[in-house]
Amino acid sequence: MTFYKTRKDLLYLAIFALVIVAMPLWLKPFGAGYPDLMQRFMIFGVFAIGFNILFGMTGYLSFGHAAFLGAGSYAAVWSFKLLSLNPIPALLFAMVVGGVFAALVGVVSLRRSGIYFSILTLAFAQMSYSLAYSVLMPITHGDSGLQLANTDPRVLDRLFGADGTLPNLFGLSMHGMYGFYFCALILLACFYFSMRLDNSPFGMALRAIKSNQTRMSYTGFNTKPYARTAFIISGMYAGLAGGMLAVTDPLAGAERMQWTASGEVVLMTILGGAGTLLGPFIGAVIIKYFENIFSAFSDAKLNEIFAFLPDGLQDFIVMIVSPFVGEGWHLTLGIMFMLIVIFLPGGIMEGCRRVMKNLRRRSSEHPTRRSQLKPAE
Amino acid sequence: MNFRNVDRRRFLKTTAIAGAGLAMPTIFTSASRAQEFCNMPTGGSVTFGFSVPLSGPYGDEGADQLRGYELAVQHLNGEGDGGMLNTFKGSVLKGNGVLGKKVEFVSGDSQALADAGRATSNRMIERDGAIMVTGSVSSAEAIAVQSLCSDKGIIYMAGLTHSNDTTGKDKRRNGFRHFFNAYMSGQALAPVIVDAYGADRRAYHITADYNWGWSQEESIVEATESLGWETAERVLTPLGTSDYSQWLTPVANSGADVLVLNHYGNDMANALTQAVQFGLRERQANGKNFEIVVPMFSDLNAQAAGDAVKDILGTANWMWKLEDEGTQAFVRSFGQAYGHPPSQSAHTGYVQALLYANACERAGTFNPEGVVEALEDFEFDGLGDGPTLYRGGDHQCFKQVLVVKGNEDPEDRFDIQDVFQVVDSEQILYEDDKWGGELGPIRSQC
Repeated sequence: MTFYKTRKDLLYLAIFALVIVAMPLWLKPFGAGYPDLMQRFMIFGVFAIGFNILFGMTGYLSFGHAAFLGAGSYAAVWSFKLLSLNPIPALLFAMVVGGVFAALVGVVSLRRSGIYFSILTLAFAQMSYSLAYSVLMPITHGDSGLQLANTDPRVLDRLFGADGTLPNLFGLSMHGMYGFYFCALILLACFYFSMRLDNSPFGMALRAIKSNQTRMSYTGFNTKPYARTAFIISGMYAGLAGGMLAVTDPLAGAERMQWTASGEVVLMTILGGAGTLLGPFIGAVIIKYFENIFSAFSDAKLNEIFAFLPDGLQDFIVMIVSPFVGEGWHLTLGIMFMLIVIFLPGGIMEGCRRVMKNLRRRSSEHPTRRSQLKPAE
Repeated sequence: MNFRNVDRRRFLKTTAIAGAGLAMPTIFTSASRAQEFCNMPTGGSVTFGFSVPLSGPYGDEGADQLRGYELAVQHLNGEGDGGMLNTFKGSVLKGNGVLGKKVEFVSGDSQALADAGRATSNRMIERDGAIMVTGSVSSAEAIAVQSLCSDKGIIYMAGLTHSNDTTGKDKRRNGFRHFFNAYMSGQALAPVIVDAYGADRRAYHITADYNWGWSQEESIVEATESLGWETAERVLTPLGTSDYSQWLTPVANSGADVLVLNHYGNDMANALTQAVQFGLRERQANGKNFEIVVPMFSDLNAQAAGDAVKDILGTANWMWKLEDEGTQAFVRSFGQAYGHPPSQSAHTGYVQALLYANACERAGTFNPEGVVEALEDFEFDGLGDGPTLYRGGDHQCFKQVLVVKGNEDPEDRFDIQDVFQVVDSEQILYEDDKWGGELGPIRSQC
């Protein structure tokens, strides 16, 4: 088996990797070049890419994916508490828990498709949320969240004499930039896996389920195992993302399972472009950017930005803009989401594709220019 | 991997890119090492981080808290009339910033959620270089941000958080709370309601089903039962319920003659309004008038509940109607700036900012090690709560607790409650290891 299927894939992956690794540089002018937010970009990127395998490729809209994210977080924090502060066992454990949980939910939910499937997953997620919030108190510590304590057993750490009080990869702190590069590596691996999946016969089967499940079963395929596997893989991605959240920031709370969190990943995927490889990641970055940066703009900051305008005009512009930033960031996001869904149903990726197509058409209209652009032999 | 057609040029290109990529992290880590403690201020200013919910169910209280912080920053920098800076006994603040540096601030929307609160605090610490983070309207958020700040070597001054856990089992050396807690509410309220309604009452508890609700219920049950009350029933309701009729219907036939609503925020407003609409207050039970008690009152939620609040007893951390010097100075300058009296959320924020600034000034440094030492067992007065102690054993403030009563005849929407009784801090005292937990070491490194 080769590492890549076509040269184009390799190029795609290489460019993506370069963009990710250089994030601290190009995000700085946007005020987002600090480790915590970039880690969040990576983590929710993994979450959205995994969600896309189910929603974008297979066509099953799950409204309860946050339950797997939350379960992964709890699993990772418990691994920190009981085994070791090393993120590797924690992430493996988080993936296993995410996958097993998805398998259980899948047994029931995947009996139905369409809106009934969505409602079933939503019900499961809300159930998990309520359980985590109060009933499973000894495991989840309810609303105050599961945290690390110095008195935790940490069997493996004690055995090998490793110390430290926060998650670390053999002494490398998972806070800060190292945490970001660790998450970036995982994101790249996840992106690569989803790319291969997309290109594989299995991916083809998933796409067939999306386009017409009935017709596919008439041709003799049993669609159930495919859908179930996609659901489990996607649950494992969510579990992994939940684990990563706990690795960079060792706390797990029930709110991660709430339906709003499930809805957020749907928004990310649709905003970026469902069914595309890169779209969900772009959607995740945009939503997290809005949530963290846009929400922090105050009127004073706006005045600073528009200071070059004459006084009266400056006040006027600030007055118009200020409802859309700060606590009004939901409004801006909502408007943007509506515009994209109305004019670009395929999300931002469709926008990119249209622009590229336009450029190509324009260059083919000018045969002379096109010949000039030909590379020298 | 396919290495079959790798030529020299391609090999060089790939390794160069890979090398540059791997070297990248060092650019960002090397510069940030040379400081004594995390986010040491170097220029002429110092940055405070205000993490408060501006959206969601606690948005109003968060916004008012932020107003309190903004006012505190003005007063610290010597702008405005100085507010409680003039009445603060134990203060060495001069009104020229903190340690000669001008105070600036950044703020962010924590949505009253643990994750969002940590994200917004991380931004203020990592990007904006905040020396201290403060603010909260829910305990989940306060506990989460407190442990984050502790991990990052930053001081956290909690805002409005009423759970016992904040300075109980989840306390941290880098975190401090001025607000009171559920246990104090129980201890302060029980004697007052027993006195007002008689010692032979049967109470029916309807409680929000999460940590805070349980600890609130527990403390009220414990305190009232020791004074002779019986507990008829304890019912849990899910958080965020809008219709309480199914839980309120059984109350009438339960043999209880007092209803205790251990709810907060919108839930409290909903539950109380519906209980009153049910006609519970006009009922007679066991030959006595039926009464409703709301142990933890938020002034802003009381406004939402409107007329239902009349005559209802509860507790509060602070109230703008108090008549001491500090309160009056604060209410005056807050009213001038924003046109309405401050809520207790704004008050606790304002006080926490002043206390932190004063601790830096006393310690002569922004280093958390000095600041923690200056705050532990610090005694002060004149900030609207009477003589107060910041206990070193759990970083909890001990001061008077107010028992408040819904105003029978309010003049406007801010006149909704009155101070019924001021409970002395000795009555609410408890051991600092009552709920376990450990403060751990002081952290000052990023």
